[in-house]
Amino acid sequence: MRVAVLKGGSSLERGVSLRSAARVEDALEELGHEAIGIDVGQDLVDRLRSERPDVVFIALHGPGGEDGTVQELLEILGLPYTGPGVAACALCMDKVAAKHEMRTAGLPTSDWAAFNATAFRELGAADTLDEIEARLGFPLVVKPASQGSSLGVEFASKREEVPEALVAAFSYDDRVLLERYVSGRELAVSVLGSEALPVVEAIPREEDFFNFEARYEIGRTEYVCPAELGESETRRVQELATRTYEMLGCSGFARVDLILGDDGPEVLEVNAIPGLTDTSLFPMAAEATGIGFTELVERILASARDRPASEATLPA
Amino acid sequence: MTDPREREDRPERPLDAPRRRRAHTTSRDLERYAGLFARRTQVMRSSAMRDLMAITARPEVISLAGGLPDTSAFPADSFAAQMTRIAHESSAEALQYGPTDGFEETKACIVEVMEAEGMAPDIDDLIVTTGGQQAIDLITKTLVDPGDPVICEAPTYPGAVPTFCSYEAEVHHVSTDDDGMRIDELEALLAKLRADGRRPKFIYSVPSFQNPAGVTMSEERRRRLVELAREHEVLVVEDSPYGLLRYDGEPQPTLYSLDGGDYVLYLGTFSKILSPGIRIGWVAAPPPVLDKIGLGKQAADLCTSTLTQYFVREYFAGGRWFEYIEDLIEIYRARRDAMLEALERHFPPQAEWTRPEGGMFIWATLPDYIDTTDLLAKALRENVAFVPGRAAYVDGRGASSMRLNFSASKEEELWEGIRRIGRVVSEQVDLYETITGEHTVGRAETRPAGPGDEPEEPAGGDVVPMPRRRS
Repeated sequence: MRVAVLKGGSSLERGVSLRSAARVEDALEELGHEAIGIDVGQDLVDRLRSERPDVVFIALHGPGGEDGTVQELLEILGLPYTGPGVAACALCMDKVAAKHEMRTAGLPTSDWAAFNATAFRELGAADTLDEIEARLGFPLVVKPASQGSSLGVEFASKREEVPEALVAAFSYDDRVLLERYVSGRELAVSVLGSEALPVVEAIPREEDFFNFEARYEIGRTEYVCPAELGESETRRVQELATRTYEMLGCSGFARVDLILGDDGPEVLEVNAIPGLTDTSLFPMAAEATGIGFTELVERILASARDRPASEATLPA
Repeated sequence: MTDPREREDRPERPLDAPRRRRAHTTSRDLERYAGLFARRTQVMRSSAMRDLMAITARPEVISLAGGLPDTSAFPADSFAAQMTRIAHESSAEALQYGPTDGFEETKACIVEVMEAEGMAPDIDDLIVTTGGQQAIDLITKTLVDPGDPVICEAPTYPGAVPTFCSYEAEVHHVSTDDDGMRIDELEALLAKLRADGRRPKFIYSVPSFQNPAGVTMSEERRRRLVELAREHEVLVVEDSPYGLLRYDGEPQPTLYSLDGGDYVLYLGTFSKILSPGIRIGWVAAPPPVLDKIGLGKQAADLCTSTLTQYFVREYFAGGRWFEYIEDLIEIYRARRDAMLEALERHFPPQAEWTRPEGGMFIWATLPDYIDTTDLLAKALRENVAFVPGRAAYVDGRGASSMRLNFSASKEEELWEGIRRIGRVVSEQVDLYETITGEHTVGRAETRPAGPGDEPEEPAGGDVVPMPRRRS
């Protein structure tokens, strides 16, 4: 099979994407497929039309590749692709929309308030910060509404730190959310097809606790897989992850990040296209259940072809 | 992209390059290797910044993040002629190993360069190194045991930070102002270390047109620094990659010439006056120190490239090396002026920046509520890049500053790049002021509201006299 691997692009997670794609391309060739790497840019549609792949493996992270944009193009071109469809990607990338859906569906996710920059500039949103802070309490978390990984995620431990955290988060997106901080164990559940893989726990070193960047560096965060949870607790966490995955309309694969606090697990976010690098959590979880990387790629690829009817917004 | 020495270690593979087959690394493998890594490898750079830097390589990005000289100014014809002559006349020797400390002929060229900067080194006090970066590495390797104090400027050359860290030095910063390193602060630090029974091994300084701050140490401070080194019997490492690239003002005596080469080690390089690709730098040091550095070099790489040393010899034999520097000075002066003018025009009054008399960099500092690593993400959406200030500190300071390079881009690009950065900075300033209801008064209020208040074209190659402003 000819498999186009979409990678790179201009997203801030370009570097991660290139590393994910390099592994995927190797695995595809090991499986006997022809891997065609495409660094996405202006010529993407032309490249896809001339290469005529049988299926497209999307190894892009962040806005553009993970938010439904590329998926929409592929729908229009009639090319099957890996990972969730247009609507699910758009929902997962937009943390605010995803949280609304979760609330409506009764799935636990922590309290929040979200604004775009216009709300501050033109509607006096700053005047509501007192109420927001009173409701969410400190510390609170400020994050861009649509970035993957840890980029732009800030803690504010007191009110004086909020404006700076907002300015930082607004560097990454025009919309940000302030979220109640929930202390607890940080868990990631990878979902493959509709099946939850073993839970990964991220345990940051004490001094790096409030440093999100540390979560992504070997040696600064310890990862345990499967996480040391009781059987019923594991099941509860996995169930919440798969329910969220299904509720948001995901298919193929995705990773659900949760926090396990005193009141049980809460969903932080869903990554429609989780990292597939050699330090990424999704391959780690797959490995823990005996699925090697090559087999993982094979299964993701198979799911692309079994995708239900087209989601294209234009009639075919 | 930053200076190549600061660059990420995984270059992008061209699409059509043959793939190297390698078994997949699993997380178990990683754990296995992790157990083998030396403790010093745990000093890692921020991964977020590294990922952001991956985007600056895209062609549509105007990168003011580099530390590159403009090698396109070098005449290709003479390069071809010199390499041809080497091939015809010295093929076997040029392809052979050479002496660890470098050829006498290379050292003669080095003496010429140092004389142009007012020094008179003994040819036996020199060792040729593989770029200035190796000189920093060898000196640190020779002098520093884990935990030894090393003193450097704040901010300091970002490429020196990983070197100091990899030998587990305890790095102490001394602030800088418009006259370079604050010697009063240095004195207090030396006294404190002495009182604690600690002995710093060396003071690392880029006294002229510092990377990244662009500032130059005053003569008075230079003299005092050399005195302090004697008093405390501590070495000074004078790193001078740009010393000859002065665009205005009077040359300052080098620390090496003031000290006579007893306590000052001088680091030079051909990278900025000829080519960084030839990887030739040097150290001038007292013989006992030089001997140890030589042993270190033998272990590191046996000798510096023979071929490129032959090239330097040929190039200097042409007798026009100083003319080329004069050409570079013309080009870079116009670029510096263009960047300063663009900053004046496009940065908000809350920002301040240095006004270098030479070198390749301007250091801009924004209000402390703006983190330049985050700002880089926003700037990249506008296809423009700079180096976030944190890279120039070991202690997390510098978060509101940025390094801007003016040597590697043409005036039009500099103008456009600064315009874009200015816009994202202004947006963040406005946003902060809206959120807090505060209106910060510009530190640069005295900024002349000049004729440049309408969109206009850059001043081209003209030398525009710039209003002086203390930062």
